[in-house]
Amino acid sequence: MNITLKVWRQKNNNERGRFETYQVKDVSPDMSFLEMFDVLNEDLITEGKEPIAFDHDCREGICGMCSMYINGRPHGPLQGVTTCQLHMRSFKDGDTIVVEPWRAAAFPVIKDLAVDRTSFDRIMAAGGFVSVNTGNAQDANSILIPKTDADLAFEAAACIGCGACVAACKNSSAMLFVSAKVSQLALLPQGQVERHERVIKMVNQMDEEGFGSCTNTGACEAECPKNISVENIARLNREYLSAKIAK
Amino acid sequence: MSSNNFLSLFNSSIGKKVIMAVTGLFICVFLVVHVAGNFQLFKADSGLAFNKYAVLMTTNPLIKTVSYVLYLTIIIHAIRGIMIEFENRKARPVKYAKYNGNANSKWASRNMGILGTILLVFIVVHMHDFWYNYKFGHIPYTLYKTELATGKMTEAKDMGPDFKMGSKMEEMLAGDYKYVIVKDLYKEVKEEFKQLWLVLFYVVCMGAVSFHLYHGFRSGFQSLGLNNRKYNNIFQSIGTWIFAIIIPASFAAMPLYFYFNQ
Amino acid sequence: MTSSKLDARIPEGHMAEKWSKYRSTVHLVNPANKRHLEVIVVGSGLAGASAASSLAELGYKVKVFCFQDSARRAHSIAAQGGINAAKNYQNDGDSVYRLFYDTVKGGDYRSREANVHRLSEVSGNIIDQCVAQGVPFAREYGGLLSNRSFGGTQVQRTFYAAGQTGQQLLLGAYSALMRQVGMGTVTMYARHEMLDIVNIDGKCRGIIARNLITGELERHFGHAVLLCSGGYGNVFFLSTNAMGSNVTAAWKAHKKGAFFGNPCYTQIHPTCIPVSGDHQSKLTLMSESLRNDGRIWVPKKKEDAEAIRAGKLNPNDLKPEDRDYYLERRYPAFGNLVPRDVASRAAKERCDAGYGVNATGEAVFLDFAYNMKYRYGKVEATKQGIENPTEQQLFDFGKEVVKEKYGNLFDMYKQITGVDPYYNPMMIYPAVHYTMGGLWVDYNLMTTVPGLYALGEANFSDHGANRLGASALMQGLADGYFVIPYTIGDYLSHEIGTKAISTDHEAFVEAENGVKEKLNQLMNVKGTKSVDHFHKKLGKIMWEKCGMARNAAGLKEAITEIQELRKQFWADVRIPGGLNEFNPELEKAGRVADFLELGELMCMDALQRNESCGGHFREEYQTEEGEAMRDDENFAFVSAWERTGDNQWTMHKEELKFEYIKIAQRSYK
Repeated sequence: MNITLKVWRQKNNNERGRFETYQVKDVSPDMSFLEMFDVLNEDLITEGKEPIAFDHDCREGICGMCSMYINGRPHGPLQGVTTCQLHMRSFKDGDTIVVEPWRAAAFPVIKDLAVDRTSFDRIMAAGGFVSVNTGNAQDANSILIPKTDADLAFEAAACIGCGACVAACKNSSAMLFVSAKVSQLALLPQGQVERHERVIKMVNQMDEEGFGSCTNTGACEAECPKNISVENIARLNREYLSAKIAK
Repeated sequence: MSSNNFLSLFNSSIGKKVIMAVTGLFICVFLVVHVAGNFQLFKADSGLAFNKYAVLMTTNPLIKTVSYVLYLTIIIHAIRGIMIEFENRKARPVKYAKYNGNANSKWASRNMGILGTILLVFIVVHMHDFWYNYKFGHIPYTLYKTELATGKMTEAKDMGPDFKMGSKMEEMLAGDYKYVIVKDLYKEVKEEFKQLWLVLFYVVCMGAVSFHLYHGFRSGFQSLGLNNRKYNNIFQSIGTWIFAIIIPASFAAMPLYFYFNQ
Repeated sequence: MTSSKLDARIPEGHMAEKWSKYRSTVHLVNPANKRHLEVIVVGSGLAGASAASSLAELGYKVKVFCFQDSARRAHSIAAQGGINAAKNYQNDGDSVYRLFYDTVKGGDYRSREANVHRLSEVSGNIIDQCVAQGVPFAREYGGLLSNRSFGGTQVQRTFYAAGQTGQQLLLGAYSALMRQVGMGTVTMYARHEMLDIVNIDGKCRGIIARNLITGELERHFGHAVLLCSGGYGNVFFLSTNAMGSNVTAAWKAHKKGAFFGNPCYTQIHPTCIPVSGDHQSKLTLMSESLRNDGRIWVPKKKEDAEAIRAGKLNPNDLKPEDRDYYLERRYPAFGNLVPRDVASRAAKERCDAGYGVNATGEAVFLDFAYNMKYRYGKVEATKQGIENPTEQQLFDFGKEVVKEKYGNLFDMYKQITGVDPYYNPMMIYPAVHYTMGGLWVDYNLMTTVPGLYALGEANFSDHGANRLGASALMQGLADGYFVIPYTIGDYLSHEIGTKAISTDHEAFVEAENGVKEKLNQLMNVKGTKSVDHFHKKLGKIMWEKCGMARNAAGLKEAITEIQELRKQFWADVRIPGGLNEFNPELEKAGRVADFLELGELMCMDALQRNESCGGHFREEYQTEEGEAMRDDENFAFVSAWERTGDNQWTMHKEELKFEYIKIAQRSYK
């Protein structure tokens, strides 16, 4: 396969970016999307040019580091899949593919396709935890948790923090990310004690970081590589409202 | 960090959406009443029932209070909505060069701002034509004569442009007949909808209502945290069938009815 | 016979009491003093995040460094199957001793008894701690925790969260870490890479780190430094490790005096997706839990294997009697659940003999059809009251059950290979997965450099020559949550008088200059070949000559080849971009430069160990049936390598004494 790539190049956050066009030849359909970038980068290095910077690490869809906006969609055309798990068999010979970084005020570009997502870490530091010091835990089986709750909590906890929800949202809203953590802990007995405080602190931090608000378009859910449901956003709204009313 | 009193709720991104949801759903309730009342336009009584309904809506103190709350609600909904739209634009200073929104969301959901703006213009035009003129402009009176024994209306007589009266409606009984003199909004409606451009404008705007509510009704519940797998289909069906189809179609049918029944 | 340079500092007393007694008598640091003691943690995986949060909770001032953009991305997140703990919740006879025993035996009697026993003792606390944090482990309908089985054991002691256990545990530790970050007790340095340690008066006192965004070099002081930087499987280029996983932190420490323990012990995981082409950048693991229900086979006849390779024969059409379920044949007691090293070697043996089933001849089948239909399908049919179900019904019922258990793994397989494993047997082949070797540490997890610790996969300590499935998560969290918070007191209690040393100290300046020089040297090669070019070559040498099977001749060749490749690298590598900017190629180059040194040491270690044990299989030392042959007489020791000059090493031995377990030939038959 031969592919034409239009890739966003930006030296750093202070300089303006632009699109560059590249041809990648002899792409195998078994390659992953990132492996195609490896091949392109190898060519660029051989030609004495600077390779394209992009974030990636585990390449098995779980670390959440890869973050490409491909042909108008985060992580590309497939549902429930990260960029690293997207394979070239999803494209056709001769295709032109436009690749951009996540775009959000809260995710400034570091270089080319790599963005800074530490805003997510700050939201987590604000309240995304159960305050239990090491060594204080009771026996694990002394807390009974209905399987349905455990399963729902797990589904929410499956979030990999990649930021595709923000990238997909027309408002760059981080509601799906925040709601996933709030839901996980709100559904479990361990999270009850700090329930109100947690949601208020996390939402405050989310707002401070400059994410937009939720218009319920559902784009986040549709593009989430872990299929996190917008039901969690409703739960977040509920949790937040009840916390504000109660406190 | 912002303070944690109840009012600070409304400064948060979630609180702003709660305002949109509460005001929006209140307007939805009003639309049900409005469309139900307006169905009287289709009654073949030369507008008597509709005109009586108009009087009731503008004189009953309770209804009047509610209607002022409604105006306020619409204003809040519009202003807050416009502000949210601009705030959200700031969250993405550099736009995507290639954006494929249809792949992950419905058009209506992404264009609530534009749809809302169309509706705001519509509301201004609509209020001017019917509310302002009814209240402050000159609307002629019509006399309806109804036979008491049969309940049949036998005559509807235009009182002429010079006729004035202290109230919007007077009712009298004389002999076998009941006479009603009432401000004839019905006639005003009939006159207005003779203009093709206005009819088209109304129909287009009802299209906007349809899309706005197709997303808005369901979205309101979501913003209030009311999302439950058991009931989601019901919310969605009500949103689609009642608010996105039946109500806008009924409203759109009214100007069309008058235009084609000149 | 233990070298005088190695003191494992194992407490006296009976095995079952060593830890509890030591824990109660180890020196403490009072809370007021803790506030003045600074600890640097390099790496934010299970070991790093759990250590950092626990130490911060105790009151120490902590700095955490990770090269990823967030602490949550550490490669612990990719662990799929589960975490072991001797809870005996299943009432199947599990105990601390049994977990201890299984781990020592699984490690082929090459691990330190005392460390493993401690690991086993604290395993239960880990589960308690994680549940308290809100980790959503799988549960039964009654609300209790669920368990599954893993290779090398006969009890069900593995706790799990679908196929994402590592993720859930890491996010638990990450949340504890972020809580401390929010409280200001931990300072987080993401996108920072440690490039050297700083020793002052024989003690480790800090690190030099490069800010990966700006390229700036930074000096950081710490009363103690904890390396929690993971394993070095990426020396093979292709492995299941993340692209960024590297040996650099451990290697820099090694160059500054920390001995490297058992470098040749590499775990090759039997169930990975086979290599598909030259473009391949990494290998993907299919969880070991699949071996619970999948049966591994190759054709009995070579001509069938050839036909399958050529695409002329559909494996589904091969009759049961023509299939060789070689693990069930060779190891009837454990069958498909033999430990990883055994399963991997058996697959290699069949493929080398010409029975491989994919185009490259390097793959075997992992087949769910039998269990899907005749185990789960039948049960479901019975539940539904169908007496004589058709084959199709059995398949449909079974498919649903398998989907429930392994759905995400099946989807992943299909995504990567384009083949649907519900209808075709999966193809798997062993791949590098974990490194049991690492920095040598004593009972306190301190390396041979005072004040420098190594935790988790970065140390050599608990798994001997082979790690059992679901034990890596256990060790990482044990080290971080329940070992280091106590054992670090033994060292820091003597440091309460040490004021924070200024980073203007000449040792810091010198270390920074050394790093600067090395980076300049890399940038100035200005050669013609990319970093990956050399990395791939190194990987090929390592895989072929120091991989699943090794022999003396091959290892000697490998050493020469690596030395040659290293020269080429320093003469011909090309790194575009600049020094003072975000430059991923430069990061890679530094890491590969270290792998090029480590590779040689791994081969040397493999060469000196004239026996086969666990993941280390020397072809010269095998039984007639092809099983690994240990030499307990001469090799019951940990090799700890001291670097004495540029790529020169001296080996020290730590003798392994087995007092509580009878050392025996490992048998899974």
